[in-house]
Amino acid sequence: MSAQMDKRRPYIRSMNSWWKRDPYFIRYMGMEATSVLVALYAAILLVGLLRLSQSEAAYNGWLDALKSGPSIALHAVILVVFLYHLWSWFKVMPKTMPMIFVDGKKLPAETITYTGVTVAVVVNVIVLIILV
Amino acid sequence: MKRSNAPLVWSLFGAGGMLAALVGPALVFVTGIAVPAGILMSRDLLSYQRMTGFAHTWLGKIIILAVIVLFLWHAALRIFHMLHDFGFHAGAGAKLVCFGLPFLCTIAAAYRVLMI
Repeated sequence: MSAQMDKRRPYIRSMNSWWKRDPYFIRYMGMEATSVLVALYAAILLVGLLRLSQSEAAYNGWLDALKSGPSIALHAVILVVFLYHLWSWFKVMPKTMPMIFVDGKKLPAETITYTGVTVAVVVNVIVLIILV
Repeated sequence: MKRSNAPLVWSLFGAGGMLAALVGPALVFVTGIAVPAGILMSRDLLSYQRMTGFAHTWLGKIIILAVIVLFLWHAALRIFHMLHDFGFHAGAGAKLVCFGLPFLCTIAAAYRVLMI
């Protein structure tokens, strides 16, 4: 049936800004949006790898680009986004992993979140110590 | 029955998300801020000689590939679902872009890291 013939005009609720209606949805979208900068960072590293496989001059060009002010500012933003990812990843972990029972009681969500965050912070610090 | 590729994509998503939480902030700080700005770390940490030396070892190759490839697949799945959340109905085109691109990047990264 063509659009003109159709007498029904069903109400279709707009999807514009639905996620701004509720702080819970905003946090959900914030968590999902971290992926854009995670992808960007992976792309920056991938370019570095391509340059490394080409020549020393090509790789040094990539290193010089990293030294520019805008690049350092961008990486500061990426760093904040990764820290938010770290937090939100373990915040939703109690919902994404199978339930754990200890002495017949469900392990509280906060325990899972704080254990995960602590482990991640420790691993990040170990990586930094290895590299310094 | 047609086998689903969902478990594969989901495990790449989970592994990438976990790796991004465990080492992501430290890596971003080192490669994007500390070494380029010369704060706290020596500038030659990422020098050509050191990085080719690292990429010549099997452990180095695995670490480089794991970080790039898993971060990409993690992000790909979230971006694919975000399209749906914004009301773009995820058809074959969205799938092709969201999963084809990381697939090509995976092939390129694996090829390059083996070449070094």
